[in-house]
Amino acid sequence: MELLAFGKTGWGDELFYATLMTIAVSITAMLVGFFFALIFTPLKISKYKTLNLVGNFYTTVIRGVPELLVIYLFFFGGSGAIMYVASIFGYYEYIEINAFITGSMAIGIISGAYSTEVFRGAIQSIDKGQFEAAKVLGINKFGQFYKIILPQMLRLAIPNLSNVWQITLKDTSLISVTGLVEIMRQSYIAAGSTRDPLFFYSFAAVLYLMLTYVSMKLINKLEVRYSRGY
Amino acid sequence: MDFDLMITSFPKLLGATVVTLKLLSASLFFGLFLGLFFAILRLNKNIFINRFAYGYSYVFRGTPLLVQIFIIYFGLGQIEYLRTTFLWVILKEPYWCAIIAFTLNTGAYTSEILRSAFQTIKPGIIEAGKSLGISNKIIFYKIQIPIAIRQSLPAYGNEIILMMKGTSLASTVTLMDLTGVAKYIISTTFKPIEVFIVAGGIYLFMTFIIHNVIKYLEKKYSFQ
Repeated sequence: MELLAFGKTGWGDELFYATLMTIAVSITAMLVGFFFALIFTPLKISKYKTLNLVGNFYTTVIRGVPELLVIYLFFFGGSGAIMYVASIFGYYEYIEINAFITGSMAIGIISGAYSTEVFRGAIQSIDKGQFEAAKVLGINKFGQFYKIILPQMLRLAIPNLSNVWQITLKDTSLISVTGLVEIMRQSYIAAGSTRDPLFFYSFAAVLYLMLTYVSMKLINKLEVRYSRGY
Repeated sequence: MDFDLMITSFPKLLGATVVTLKLLSASLFFGLFLGLFFAILRLNKNIFINRFAYGYSYVFRGTPLLVQIFIIYFGLGQIEYLRTTFLWVILKEPYWCAIIAFTLNTGAYTSEILRSAFQTIKPGIIEAGKSLGISNKIIFYKIQIPIAIRQSLPAYGNEIILMMKGTSLASTVTLMDLTGVAKYIISTTFKPIEVFIVAGGIYLFMTFIIHNVIKYLEKKYSFQ
């Protein structure tokens, strides 16, 4: 137990901050994912074949390629791409992106592909009559989406989004390969310096279990809230 | 774009694909049996057996695969007792550690898939079997299992694809699978985009094949 003490003698405080880091990366990645879903969901359900193709390309490639490969692409290619863009604007200095941004972008793009599929499914399972009724009542496009479609869509999407959240949370462990100090990386460091990998990796597993358990409980509450009236 | 690099790295990556496929097929093979075993335990009425099977699938589905590999590869070697048994012959090899981790992981997901498939079998079918005088054992092996396998095909197809992506983690325990070799080429040439296109292309091709095989099987064994 003294291995987990807070302060200089143990790894308790380091692991605590690492857990906060995991939570921070997961939430950022989830939000980045929503942003991508916001762009690609309309493309996937659009009437135009070309736009469909773009949307399908994104979700198929990201869901068919290992997460680790995507992370390596961002880790090794990220600063190169940014520097290339900067060089167009006449800036030639070396730019390093920090591991947090690289990591949450990489995981965010992955999570976005899953969120896109969830939102597409949710929109498509809303009764057509709802769209038509909204139109007939003379509600403008903005109101149609925000007041009628979105609330119904959220109810259908939340159970599946909770799966996406779990996937995202677990995927953040892969960012440890880029050196960002989250749970997995911190356990790796602790295991290396104390020569007690079994304890620290098992403890990391317990931390992840706690995170998934707590988030499930919170999401269940949301689910109840959004299915009022059903 | 460095097309020369893409062409020269293709055979290397293709060679590494063999490792990926070996890892995938071995872990799916063992994982299917493990999953079936735990799915049957989940259907057991004894609350302790039931809880045990639920705990197994909860723990392995609730933690990242990376943690599981690290516990098995780095962690188990720490137990002095294990080093003296014959198990150590297996556990000192990263290859077998990876397969054990993948098997346990896919077993947990497979047990959930099969459990829900067993539960969706209509009671009428089992009752029909009983009224025909077929023994419980035969009903289970000849009626319930085939129907459950057919029911779970779409979900199991997804699991195969997820597991194929999961094998990329073998590269973190020094195995040179497709992702491992891709990372090696990237870190020596610093051309991530080219290598990503080739390696990602190979992965997509495998996804495409798995997807279509499952689709074909679904059609072949559909009830209609």
